Amino acid sequence: MHQLTLAEIARGLADKSFSAEELTTTLLARINSLDPQLNSFITVTDELAVQQARAADARRAAGESGALLGAPIAHKDLFCTQGVRTSCASKMLDNFTAPYDATVVAKLAAAGMVTLGKTNMDEFAMGSANESSHYGAVKNPWNLEHVPGGSSGGSAAAVAARLTPVATGTDTGGSIRQPAALTSLTGLKPTYGRVSRWGMIAYASSLDQGGPMARTAEDCALLLQGMAGFDANDSTSIDEPVPDYSASLNASLQGLRIGIPKEYFGAGLDPRIAEQVQASIQELQKLGAVIKEISLPNMQHAIAAYYVIAPAEASSNLSRFDGVRFGYRCDNPKDLTDLYKRSRGEGFGVEVQRRIMVGAYALSAGYYDAYYLKAQKIRRLIKNDFMAAFEGVDLILGPTTPNLAWKLGAKGNDPVAAYLEDVYTITANLAGLPGLSMPAGFVDGLPVGVQLLAPYFQEARLLNVAHRYQQVTDWHTRAPNGF
Amino acid sequence: MALQRCDVEKIAHLARLGLNEAELPHITDALNSILGLVDQMQAVDTDGIEPLAHPLEASQRLRADQVTERNQREAYQAIAPATENGLYLVPKVIE
Amino acid sequence: MQWEVVIGLEIHTQLATQSKIFSGSATTFGSEPNTQASLVDLGMPGVLPVLNQEAARMACMFGLAIDAEIGPRNVFARKNYFYPDLPKGYQISQMDLPIVGKGHLDIALEDGTIKRIGVTRAHLEEDAGKSLHEDFNGATGIDLNRAGTPLLEIVSEPDMRSAKEAVAYVKAIHALVRYLGICDGNMAEGSLRCDCNVSIRPKGQSEFGTRCEIKNVNSFRFIERAINSEVQRQIELIEDGGKVIQETRLYDPNKDETRSMRSKEEANDYRYFPDPDLLPVVIEPALLESIRAALPELPTQKVERFQQQYGLSAYDANVLAASREQADYFEQVVKIGGDAKLAANWVMVELGSLLNKLGVEIDQAPVSAEQLGGMLLRIRDNTISGKIAKTVFEAMAAGEGDADAIIDSKGLKQVTDSGAIESMLDEMLAANAEQVEQYRAADEAKRGKMFGFFVGQAMKASKGKANPAQVNQLLKAKLEG
Repeated sequence: MHQLTLAEIARGLADKSFSAEELTTTLLARINSLDPQLNSFITVTDELAVQQARAADARRAAGESGALLGAPIAHKDLFCTQGVRTSCASKMLDNFTAPYDATVVAKLAAAGMVTLGKTNMDEFAMGSANESSHYGAVKNPWNLEHVPGGSSGGSAAAVAARLTPVATGTDTGGSIRQPAALTSLTGLKPTYGRVSRWGMIAYASSLDQGGPMARTAEDCALLLQGMAGFDANDSTSIDEPVPDYSASLNASLQGLRIGIPKEYFGAGLDPRIAEQVQASIQELQKLGAVIKEISLPNMQHAIAAYYVIAPAEASSNLSRFDGVRFGYRCDNPKDLTDLYKRSRGEGFGVEVQRRIMVGAYALSAGYYDAYYLKAQKIRRLIKNDFMAAFEGVDLILGPTTPNLAWKLGAKGNDPVAAYLEDVYTITANLAGLPGLSMPAGFVDGLPVGVQLLAPYFQEARLLNVAHRYQQVTDWHTRAPNGF
Repeated sequence: MALQRCDVEKIAHLARLGLNEAELPHITDALNSILGLVDQMQAVDTDGIEPLAHPLEASQRLRADQVTERNQREAYQAIAPATENGLYLVPKVIE
Repeated sequence: MQWEVVIGLEIHTQLATQSKIFSGSATTFGSEPNTQASLVDLGMPGVLPVLNQEAARMACMFGLAIDAEIGPRNVFARKNYFYPDLPKGYQISQMDLPIVGKGHLDIALEDGTIKRIGVTRAHLEEDAGKSLHEDFNGATGIDLNRAGTPLLEIVSEPDMRSAKEAVAYVKAIHALVRYLGICDGNMAEGSLRCDCNVSIRPKGQSEFGTRCEIKNVNSFRFIERAINSEVQRQIELIEDGGKVIQETRLYDPNKDETRSMRSKEEANDYRYFPDPDLLPVVIEPALLESIRAALPELPTQKVERFQQQYGLSAYDANVLAASREQADYFEQVVKIGGDAKLAANWVMVELGSLLNKLGVEIDQAPVSAEQLGGMLLRIRDNTISGKIAKTVFEAMAAGEGDADAIIDSKGLKQVTDSGAIESMLDEMLAANAEQVEQYRAADEAKRGKMFGFFVGQAMKASKGKANPAQVNQLLKAKLEG
């Protein structure tokens, strides 16, 4: 039963092949027995899950239907879940029981989804290896000595290991797409403003976006349908109609113009990944797509700009963690400054502290123009590049990551080495564009992902292309050994 | 222009992060390495470019002036480190 | 050395919205601690702000009233600092692009001249909570009910040259925001608070001296005293060869002195940047026009109208229009009583001193505008004299009822029957035969003063009720005749 996709589960529940409760208890047992190898969950919500499953079965018995009714899900542990610990994988919030539900959590619960638990992640979503979690690193189900990517590494590992059919993730610089690529999943970062950020604990407000992580594009479409939409509680949420993402999955790709940015294939890209990406381009050509080479000249500056903007916003967003109203508080503070400094010094991990400091520095008197403002100007150049490119192409395609999943601990203490892994993904966050990563092969038994980027609000197009590709390939159907 | 130890101490104070002595050299190195990366921006010509704060450049929606919240002090203070008589407690503040 | 004082003010006005600026919590004053602190006000993880449209509308009203440009695209920024009454570790405020740009306000000085004070800008921001320093076993208590209350911070140019001018400016702002109905102006509850930037320079010097900021002064009287004591301190400091250091100071009304606030001394680096959780606020021209059309009559417009419509002097018009409540009271008295100048006098003099004595505002006056107007009618139809009216007014103030009832019950009706007055005069003159003889013997020049004596005696004999004009006329005839 654990091999079923979300779409298959929907059919199985609809035709009563199994109940939500049966499915839920099966998956909970599986998490119980297998997750110790992976560490993909921070909290397993057994009781809540069984309760929700029974409620979903009752609703179905009462005549209700719906693709998500009774289907299990796991939430990245930065979506506030009322009555459940919401930790952001930080010691700072280890004792934080959220007093409310994130909009995404509330919407999916209302649709009848069953919450299996809260997944591990990089602390406060800062990282691309899921090694900065207070609860320990997450392992890649494809090779337990390797990282699953991050920051939504727990969600990725859990879905890849068939512990849950789908999971929520968030993507600030690639945190859905990169772990999806490294664990052979389909992951979608929607247009900025498409999914509500209310209750999604912020890393960098102008870049963060929640999205679905699943094995197939079809499942991503179903889950995104439940997540997307305007929210009056989020000023940056956009009031645009939500299309039926499943309806256009099978649309023809005939004549679809796909741009291949030459900058994506320069130095730094593992040639074996390049080869897999080329193969996926050929598949899409067979499906009728037209390939054009394009240029995104300012992409090379994206990492620099991102590592100013994201830490700057984070330094301010994370000021609320001060040991006064919630979260970790140091023992016996001798005065106010001591309360702040020790609570934050002891509560935050090293990478979070680094980014807070970089951000505080970039915003400080005398450096604001040279760092923050400069980065925002480069941000516009990057957006302009995309706007120009989309004049001539419908989609942009390239590798999701420059490298395969690396060995745990391989990047050591050098933050910059890890930052460079975000090179292909962060431009979409800076420009606010939707992006998707889909499985496109394996190298040495480790997954390779291909990334598709589209103009604003064209998530349906991304899902359509990924779905058609998945109709003619089987990368997404393969399961890691032992799972 | 590399950060010195005293710069790092100043930033840490600004951000209210208590760093221990032993970590300072590592943090200083890491921050300098990150700043080295972001300093690549300085080579980019951005003359006449407007900064971009939000990708979609939409405008703020306004909320009707209505009271929609009710008292939930008990629930909210259940997760607080220290409260008394409905107040959050902090070490004595001297003005 | 002759010193010139330079003052600029930052006035924080709490906007009179129902709910907070970025959340749906109530803004009621004086509730139990933290019962009006929602997820957003508490800065819980994951929460987001949404701007209250009423706060933006009120800011626009103020901007239009001071002839300022309204920022067509204004931006919220975060001011980052750590303090326990600031839940998020930053205050949402406005920096580079405020909602209200450069404007001005005219103030009337004591010598009757008008001075124009520049307003640099006014911006929206959220208020902080309150720290309660009573001892909780050595701890400070934090109440976040006030956190997120909308504030309009009004920043003036350094245009004021004395504490009196500063007070006149604050009073003008106070009157204006109350006219507009955007702030209740209750200074005791902190609805209007003032930071005073004070510096001195030798008279004739064009560059400014180093300034000190006196934080959070919350009454007109304290503003004047705080500025004066700070000026004195700076003069003494400089004349003793010292130097003024730019710093934040606090006024202690008990000692009548300012002292340095060491806790705020630390060089603050607020790291302002545009709040990424909020988008630029766009004020459409059509919205602005509808706000302009709905503006109430402003103080300056009212002063002008009072002069034209009621023939009042500029001074009287200014005094009466100083507050919307007083202006409304006055107009109500005129409406009933009919004589604007008489009404102006009674409102400014008798009512004014009564309120002063009681220490209450006009909206709590023990004599209503209707009562006062009714009494003026009795003065005008000669039922009572102006002098008797004071007795009636006192009785009304003591809660003894309306003028007519008081006149009746106390028998204060003026005597206008000439026969009755004549016989009363005859009696009085007979009792003062000696004085009558002296009067008749005196020359014209001395008679004036002596005549006054007889009038006094007559009024006394009639207990003030005889019609004074008739008394004059009849008395003259009897003495001369």
